[in-house]
Parts: sequence; C-alpha cells; structure tokens
Amino acid sequence: MENEKHHIVPYKVYIYILVALVAMTFMSIGITKINLGEYSVLGAMIFATLKSILVLTWFMHLKFDQPFLRIMVGFVVLVFFAVIFITFLDYYFR
Amino acid sequence: MEHVAQHSDPHYDQEASKLGMWLFIFTELLLFGGLFIVYAIYRFLNPGAFQMAGHELNLTIGAINTVILLVSSMTIAMSTSALQKKNKGLTVLLLEITIMLALIFLINKYFEWGVKFDHGIWPGSEHLLNDMGKGEILFFGLYFVMTGLHALHIIIGMIIIIVALNKVQKGTVHADRPSLLENAGLYWHLVDLIWIFLFPLFYLIH
Repeated sequence: MENEKHHIVPYKVYIYILVALVAMTFMSIGITKINLGEYSVLGAMIFATLKSILVLTWFMHLKFDQPFLRIMVGFVVLVFFAVIFITFLDYYFR
Repeated sequence: MEHVAQHSDPHYDQEASKLGMWLFIFTELLLFGGLFIVYAIYRFLNPGAFQMAGHELNLTIGAINTVILLVSSMTIAMSTSALQKKNKGLTVLLLEITIMLALIFLINKYFEWGVKFDHGIWPGSEHLLNDMGKGEILFFGLYFVMTGLHALHIIIGMIIIIVALNKVQKGTVHADRPSLLENAGLYWHLVDLIWIFLFPLFYLIH
C-alpha cells in the first residue's frame, strides 16, 4: 500500500545533518580564504551543492517520499542547468 | 476494499497536498534561478568589479545568518517528527524556536542593510551612481534585490509557521492531519536552500 504509516525521522538524524551542514559552511569559507583563483568559486559552489542535496534528501524528506517527487525535482534541476548552459553558449560565442 | 471510517474528513489527501506544495516550490526555484543566471552573466562580464564590491559585505554577519537559518531548518524538521510522535508540547516549542531564529535573521539583515545605507549604498543612491563603476552598481543592485526578495520569503515563511503553530495548538493539525505543518516546513527549507546559494555568491567572493 502506498499510504502506509508515515516514516518518522529520529531527532538525532536531524542533528547529524545540521552538524554536517554547519561544517560544510565553514569549509566553504575556509576554501575561499585560500587563494585558488577561479577555483575558489568552484569550491564554494561544490559545497553549496552538497549542502542543498542534504537539505533536499533529509530536511525536505525526499528520501522517504515517493520516487516521482525525486524525479520531478531532478527534472527541474536539469531544466535550470540547461538554461544556464544555453545562456552561457550565447555569451561565449557572441 | 472495504471503507473503514479512518478519516473523519472526506477529502484529505496528504500526498496530493505535498505534490501541490512541491509544484509551488518549483516555481519559486525558477524565480530565484532566473536571478542567479542574471548574477552569473554579470559576474562573468564584470569579474573585477564584483570582487571589489563583494569585499564591502560583512562575511561574519553572513556566516552567522547562514548558521541561524540552518538551525531553524533543523528545528522545523524536528517539529514534524514531534507531531508524528504526538508530542504536542515539543512541536509547539520547536516551532516557537524556529520563529525566534527567523526574527533574529531579519534583525541581523536590518543592521547589515543599515550599515550599507550609512555608507550611502542603496539602489540608485548618489554615491553608487556617481562614484562607482557599472559592475559595482550591478553587484549592489543584485545584492539588494536578491537578499531583499529572500527576506520577503522569510517574512512570509514566519507568517505560515505562525498559522501552523496556532493550528497545532488548537488541535486541527495533528499526527493524522500533518499536511499544513509539513508544507510550512517545505517552504522554510526552500528559504534555507536559496540562502545556501546566496551566501557563497555574495559573501565569499575573493
């Protein structure tokens, strides 16, 4: 049955996720303090992406939701990246 | 299948209400997504100016606000678990903490913007238009619009959480009918999600 009892996430799981999120925030600050030139933006964005994956799967409960929600979120992210890609193609080859 | 009277209300569909909330969240993601693309293009065209202007922002306040939002996201996520465990007192307490954290975020934002105003920096200010280049004007324009729109979402989120809190206290939102609280949580995590990208893009430019 699809409508079975809701999965209850234990409190401590949320605490672990928070610790990971805060740690990654400080790591992203640390990585931009080191002078890596253009790569520091990349580093900060990688940490932001990892953080958003944690928020989506655990805080927003996608891990326990039906698969079609995950597919839809993935599709929206793909559309967004496609628009970025096409826009930058335009600016590069102008 | 026989129909046992398990729900007192005929039209309650938790999955559908969650799906509706997600569809709304997608429109929000693309709204901010559009602004992020504008930011990316202008930063690509004015890398030096964005770097100079980024140094004007207060990294400490930005980092504190990031941690505040992350903690508030955790407390509202926990409140859903507490509601499912039928612990009404803890649910209410966690929601109150979430609202307080949101308020602290806004107060920090008020002081942060206040310092910018004291330095004569606001959209269309004389100091910005006369003494700064095109890239700086774009950076601060995007800074005020994007963090402002985000702050507006914080205010709306607070209102939704207050409504959910009231309904939890009244008992109309409970373990078998948690959708309003769950959707309030989803909205709040969206606000957190957007800030996760705003923070490195505006405060971590070096």
